[in-house]
Amino acid sequence: MPRVLAAMRSRLLAVAERRLPALTRLRLPEPVPLTLHRRRIYVLPTAFGLGFAVLLLVMLLGALNYGNNPALLLTCLIGGIVGASLFAGFHALHGLRLLQLHAPEMHAGARAVLGLRFDPAARSRPGLRLRHDNEELGFALPAVPTVVELPWTAPGRGWQRCGRLRLWTEYPLGLFDIWSWVNPAPAFLVYPALEADAPPLPEGQGAIGERARHGDDEELAGLRDYRSNDARRLIAWKASLRHDHLLVREVEPRAGLALTLDYDRLHGLGHEARIRRLAAWVVAADAQAASYTLRLPDSCLGPARGAEHRRECLRALALLPAAEAVP
Amino acid sequence: MKRVLDRAQFALLVVAVAATIATHLPHLPAWLAPALALAIGLRVGWRRGHPGSVRAILRLPLAAALLVAVVGEYGNVFGRDPGSAFGCGLLALKLLETETPRDARVALAFCAFVLMSALLFEQGLPFTLLVCAVLILQVAALNRLEPAPLPGRQPLWRSLALAARLALVATPLALVGFVLVPRLGTPLWGSPGSDGLGRTGLADSMAPGQFNDLMLDDSPALRVTFDAALPPPSAQYFRTLVLSDFDGTTWTRVMSGLRHAPRPVQAGSGQRYDYRITLEPSRQRWLPALDVPVSVPAGAVLAGDDTLIANLPVTQPREYAVTSISGGRDVESLPGYLRQRLLRLPPDVGLRARALAAQWRAEAGNDAGVVERALALFRSDFSYTLSPPLLGRDSIDEFLFDTRSGFCEHYASAFVFLMRAAGIPARVATGYQGGWWSGAGGYLLVRQSDAHAWAEIWRDGVGWLRVDPTAAVAPQRIDLGARQVNDAPKWTQAGWVRALRNHVDLVNRWWTQGVVRFDALRQRALLSEFGISHNEHGDLLLMLAGALALLMLLATVWALHATRDRSGDALDRVWRRLRRDLARAGVASRDCDGPSTLWQRVRDIDAELARSLQPVIDAYARLRYGVARPDDGEVARLSLNARQWSRQRLQRRRLARCLQSVAAATGINTALHRGRS
Repeated sequence: MPRVLAAMRSRLLAVAERRLPALTRLRLPEPVPLTLHRRRIYVLPTAFGLGFAVLLLVMLLGALNYGNNPALLLTCLIGGIVGASLFAGFHALHGLRLLQLHAPEMHAGARAVLGLRFDPAARSRPGLRLRHDNEELGFALPAVPTVVELPWTAPGRGWQRCGRLRLWTEYPLGLFDIWSWVNPAPAFLVYPALEADAPPLPEGQGAIGERARHGDDEELAGLRDYRSNDARRLIAWKASLRHDHLLVREVEPRAGLALTLDYDRLHGLGHEARIRRLAAWVVAADAQAASYTLRLPDSCLGPARGAEHRRECLRALALLPAAEAVP
Repeated sequence: MKRVLDRAQFALLVVAVAATIATHLPHLPAWLAPALALAIGLRVGWRRGHPGSVRAILRLPLAAALLVAVVGEYGNVFGRDPGSAFGCGLLALKLLETETPRDARVALAFCAFVLMSALLFEQGLPFTLLVCAVLILQVAALNRLEPAPLPGRQPLWRSLALAARLALVATPLALVGFVLVPRLGTPLWGSPGSDGLGRTGLADSMAPGQFNDLMLDDSPALRVTFDAALPPPSAQYFRTLVLSDFDGTTWTRVMSGLRHAPRPVQAGSGQRYDYRITLEPSRQRWLPALDVPVSVPAGAVLAGDDTLIANLPVTQPREYAVTSISGGRDVESLPGYLRQRLLRLPPDVGLRARALAAQWRAEAGNDAGVVERALALFRSDFSYTLSPPLLGRDSIDEFLFDTRSGFCEHYASAFVFLMRAAGIPARVATGYQGGWWSGAGGYLLVRQSDAHAWAEIWRDGVGWLRVDPTAAVAPQRIDLGARQVNDAPKWTQAGWVRALRNHVDLVNRWWTQGVVRFDALRQRALLSEFGISHNEHGDLLLMLAGALALLMLLATVWALHATRDRSGDALDRVWRRLRRDLARAGVASRDCDGPSTLWQRVRDIDAELARSLQPVIDAYARLRYGVARPDDGEVARLSLNARQWSRQRLQRRRLARCLQSVAAATGINTALHRGRS
């Protein structure tokens, strides 16, 4: 039953958005920074608010019936507080700006954390809440621009938007639901999902550099300064100790054994499955600090190694056209 | 995801609930308050170690037990007293199951209701202020339920401050509502005030020594305003009851018939007083008035003994206007049956007093002589005290011949007895005498402690005469008031405390007159002062709607008013204003833009404009980056220059931009029309 209701609700919402774009607004993505102004903030009483209104009515009738003026004054005061809370809640949302969004590198289907940078327009705002898909989080903003972290699972590869967010508050007394829809335009590049339990790297491999690692005499291996994306197991700890900064063993590329990850050679797999396997291999090869070449239907990347190369490869995979577009 | 109350939220909730129940403490049954305190205490202690609500198997029997106990105490659960006891109990039981914010909200809403019902019992200003303080606590608890408070060490303080601010903002709204909400002419259900508030006050019987408690009760009994000058103390006798039957120890009231017209008084005799009395609730039907009332206020009748009797018990402060004549000569004569009754004495009591009266009668020969002898006796060696020795069965003889000390009740009782024994029809009158004149308020404040008893005797050809035997013993009791004379061992009766209390009463009177008594009539009177004479319910609602709309509009303006950025120094503010003016004129800029970047942006749009802006930009750059501390005078000059420049150069641009956008908007509309058709 709840499922039927939810389906009906979403269908109604879709109809409403198609018919009344001005009312439901923000179906379309809009560029950031964006400001929550009065025309896009909506207010309705919550269930508690409605119940409280009924209670107030009963109190009013009681006070009038017994001709009890202090009780009437108290009832009026509570009514005034309800009214004031409405404006306080609106004030908490009004003028809030969403400055920018940023996301880390992420793969489709994996949980990531989006950073939403809000400008609270020079006043602190407690009791704000954000709903996105099924995620819900509460946050408070101090009077300075602040980043709010929103967990998010990207649905697919390529350029993806985070979709519509409901920014809302019941501040200060939980009597009114005050909300605004936000659909930011910025899209994030989402890498393809990694195939779970992917087969080992093709032809042997990934063994490049093993000789240097297992060399008896470390002095013989070339050493260079540590760079931030070097694999940790390549660090030459003893040598680093002697030189007071981190050194890494130079792994020598072996051109002849270079790894090739070829889209066309993955027979028997669908388009997306191939992309997932290639992505998994790229990540695996990079973890082994191997040098590899990625061959795609219309491009060829490498041979190279390192974080930059990995990013390029994953980006190319992410942006491959969908299946029907591939010739 | 189900949120659960954290410890601080729960603690504040418990405090709010406990404070709400505390407002009912004075009238809760003695067993209930400790039981509720125990239940709440156990719940708080238990929740510390065992989160989760108390099981229904425990809660339901408790609720049933509460119901049974309340019914056992009062007989039912309906009505003011049992209802509020039951409500308090339910509120405490609600705490047992409260775990989520949702539960807590329901509990707090119920709290508000229970809090309001406390006002059915007591309506004084101090209590109402206390109730408002508890309300603020409740609102703070409600606010505390919101997720994600601002990080900081004092969220409780923040919630309380917010609640107080909300209440402050709500005050105008509350006052408008209070003044304009149409009052009901007749109650929808029940009879209002059937469970109003009662105080101890005068009783309809009097045994000497009984007033004692009343004499120490400093609460106001009535307040009187006089149309003309204040009568002298010797005329400030507010007759309330007439007691004419005596059984040897107690004087009791006899229901005499009603008068259809005020007692006729000889024209031209006596002094006429027009005055208005505000009577505190007494839960009795009698209304005090000066000597002989010649007008009867609405909703009251005149009894045969010239006292005013209301149709309903006085459970709300009641105001009435009366005209009285003091010291007038009666036209009527005393009917025979009445004379018989007013001479009747119980047998076997006061034999020595009877003998004394007979002796006086023989010596004096006339009534005046008897009265004179009686007063002379009291004047001789009787003393006035509020703590007299206890009297035995024959109170009259013991008082007259043994103890010889007492207060008004003793003297009035003994005097009336002596008069009847001497053949003069007499009766005891009780009421209030004297009071405290509030010069600032222009009214006479009469307290319960001003209660007094005196005698009235009938003299043929003259009529009823007031004789106050207490005045013979302690004349200052009449001239200066009860407080001056009565022994006052307690510090609360020190002079300055009394003065303070009398001034506080001014506020109380204002509260009673302005708020507690603000009924449909007063509402009409107040509005007609503002020239609104036709105020039927519909008109009132219309005005209410108008006033609320106006207040809402003000609140909207406040809510839409963007908060100004007040950070930085004066130079920063100049810069922000310049950027804002430029943005309005269509030159967008970014927070990170420095002076030269901003200037370039202006130049990109309008080279001429940029050239005129150059001096302002240069001055800003020099002050901001060229010197360690900008000179105040120079900043002020720059501010002036920048403002002038904005006004001269940007005004036209803004206007043009405005027109443009209007044109664009209409253009869009036309495009839309075209698209539709």
